[in-house]
Amino acid sequence: MNDLARAQEGANTDFHSGPILEAIHLRKMFPLRSWNILGARQAVHAVEDTSLALYPGRATALVGESGSGKTTVARLLAGLYTPTSGTISFRGKPARLAEGSHLRSYRRHVQLILQDPFSSLNPVHDVRYHLARPLRIFSHIQNKTQETEQILSLLNRVNLSPAEQFIQKFPHQLSGGQRQRVAIARALAVQPEILLADEPVSMLDVSIRLDVLNLLLRLKAEERLALLFITHDIASARYFAEDTLVMYAGQMVEGGPSDEVIQQPKHPYTQLLVSAAPDPGRLNADGNESVTDVPARGEIPSLINPPSGCRFHPRCPYAMPVCSQRFPRRTQLGNGHWTHCFLHGDGDGDISSEKSGQSNDTVSGL
Amino acid sequence: MVTNFRGNTQTETLLEVKNLNVDYLASNGTVHAVTDVNFTLRRGEILGLAGESGSGKSTLAYAITRLLRPPAMITGGEILYYPWSSQDDGDTTRATLTRLSKQRRRKHIKNGKWQSEDEGQSTEAIDLLQLSQAQLQDIRWNDLAIVFQSAMNALNPVMSVGTQIMDVLSKHRPGMRRDARKRRAIELLQLVGIAPDRLRSYPHELSGGMRQRAIIAIALALSPEVLIMDEPTTALDVVVQREILNEITHLQKQLGFSVIFITHDLSLLLELADNVAIMYAGRIVEKASRRDLYLHPRHPYSYGLLNSFPTLHGPRRVMSGIPGSPPDLRAVPPGCAFHPRCPFAFDACRAVLPLLQPSRRGGGGEDEERGPLWPPASQMVACHLYDSRFNTEPPSTSDLASKYEALAEGSSVQ
Repeated sequence: MNDLARAQEGANTDFHSGPILEAIHLRKMFPLRSWNILGARQAVHAVEDTSLALYPGRATALVGESGSGKTTVARLLAGLYTPTSGTISFRGKPARLAEGSHLRSYRRHVQLILQDPFSSLNPVHDVRYHLARPLRIFSHIQNKTQETEQILSLLNRVNLSPAEQFIQKFPHQLSGGQRQRVAIARALAVQPEILLADEPVSMLDVSIRLDVLNLLLRLKAEERLALLFITHDIASARYFAEDTLVMYAGQMVEGGPSDEVIQQPKHPYTQLLVSAAPDPGRLNADGNESVTDVPARGEIPSLINPPSGCRFHPRCPYAMPVCSQRFPRRTQLGNGHWTHCFLHGDGDGDISSEKSGQSNDTVSGL
Repeated sequence: MVTNFRGNTQTETLLEVKNLNVDYLASNGTVHAVTDVNFTLRRGEILGLAGESGSGKSTLAYAITRLLRPPAMITGGEILYYPWSSQDDGDTTRATLTRLSKQRRRKHIKNGKWQSEDEGQSTEAIDLLQLSQAQLQDIRWNDLAIVFQSAMNALNPVMSVGTQIMDVLSKHRPGMRRDARKRRAIELLQLVGIAPDRLRSYPHELSGGMRQRAIIAIALALSPEVLIMDEPTTALDVVVQREILNEITHLQKQLGFSVIFITHDLSLLLELADNVAIMYAGRIVEKASRRDLYLHPRHPYSYGLLNSFPTLHGPRRVMSGIPGSPPDLRAVPPGCAFHPRCPFAFDACRAVLPLLQPSRRGGGGEDEERGPLWPPASQMVACHLYDSRFNTEPPSTSDLASKYEALAEGSSVQ
């Protein structure tokens, strides 16, 4: 009926061929420079033990507040940061990103779209330059005519028409939505299989956001791209992605099929996110809605000295003594839905172990 | 939700904007940022203003506070402010201190240009556009306070939060003693949910949400009648945004001020505001209670805007948004400015300018069940689809939906 459904069907057929990109137990610490030589070495614990998998033709959303480590995950996957520990495997083989030649061929397959289209394009170069560079670097072209041809087709693919006019424009002549389309075209120029989109629409105007999201959805369906969609807006995660992962303060707390995660959130943090999202649907027939009270006040803790155990426990209305002692293991809730929360069990001895047997363990993680 | 207090006072007009026009005089043409805008704000009302960027929302807010600087110019209209209610506020929590000083001050303003009348009986209006700078100084912050979008830029980075609150008090309440100012500052911080020991913190020591709270505390320092909030939560995370919004509704109920809330996020307004005005290309194209707007938006633009936000519930379906982009305000299309993007546009839309008028009921759909008096006259729309001279069959909400859906299907095929 519509291309969401079509895309989903397509995604399901490809689903069993295995992930194209997989991150296994990724950790990233940013050491802090300290003037006190004798003092303890400090570091920002940005990402802890994160595992995720991306499949061709399938979008995975990574949701969380700012400071939750979403962007760090994207940058680790793009090879911009070196993980402190953990592996990234591409097509089942570990990608050795520390080596220049490997990194280069890895980037041929994995591309990153940045949040801010106003600063991700170079203001002194025109659109042709931005799109020609990846084409040249990855030698997809032999001569100038081929270059023009390819650039025009890229611009048409991202709905920038007439392409002949856009090719010579400079970033300041383009609106925010058009710039983001150029950024998407630049990512597509290397013919990647994986697209990492770091908040691709949050800087754009409301009416243009859907256009860009729909464009990405179309590309996903047409080119069987594996998409990682990073966002703070849980409603657009549901619209855009088949799977949703929720991150809090560097830890993955919940994941699974988007509809399930968002409509039946299990982790208290996911529940908080969903209840905080603006939702006109809460208006009931009388027009009087009760103002939803946010149960957990406060903000993301400092990641230099993060809370022990589950990092959400200082804000969690259901916190138990065990929550501050260690981080709960992953509990499968069935149907690919999982969470890290003692309320729902603790890995092996979990309350829903009878369900987890039949669940598909590989939906969005390990 | 409507408390006694609000019930008593909501009928009174506090602020009335009449035929307001604001232009930006640019070298390459005049930008008509706000054109012929009319609305009234009642006491205790939360009025939402929504629209895309460039629709004139912020310019309107700045015009009301007279904060516009050249090249912006208010080229016409009136902004009438009704300073004192005919009936006394009674037992509100408003401090007598501020009330007394306000009365004194108003006498001062009146002696300037307006005939002074008996205090407490003065229901006449003040036209904010006629005030001198000195008179404006008096009105600003005492009666009209504004909360800006970016809290980090609105706060002075080299002054502590406490100093900045006390600064407002020392400027506007010269008679207030130092310890009284400090007490009031602490009181204000507690009001917005910041611990009093933060008085000596500098802006960089506060998180984004706390900064925004501090800004709100400063805005409330003199118990204003009108609080204008220009995208106060846009830069914040969802959870913090929700806390701030709850804080605003809570304070608004407690203190009874009126709010003009400007945002591009319509889904937020539908939860917060009593009434919502939708702006497009400098004009208000629809004005309705939030319930009417949510259940049956009339203007195709309102529907498109509402439909631009993915929902948390219901079936997942392709949404189309609004095709095209907002017009260049130097050369607004003739007729209805929305016609190049409107899926319903017909000949009249390209030639005749639609005016804001009470909307006729849409044919069929959910409206039929609500009896002959439906919809309430309060829903105003500027669209020829609802004008009997141009169109005899006004579309229902489901008609709008199906047209936009066809658009979505079309764009997915291409």
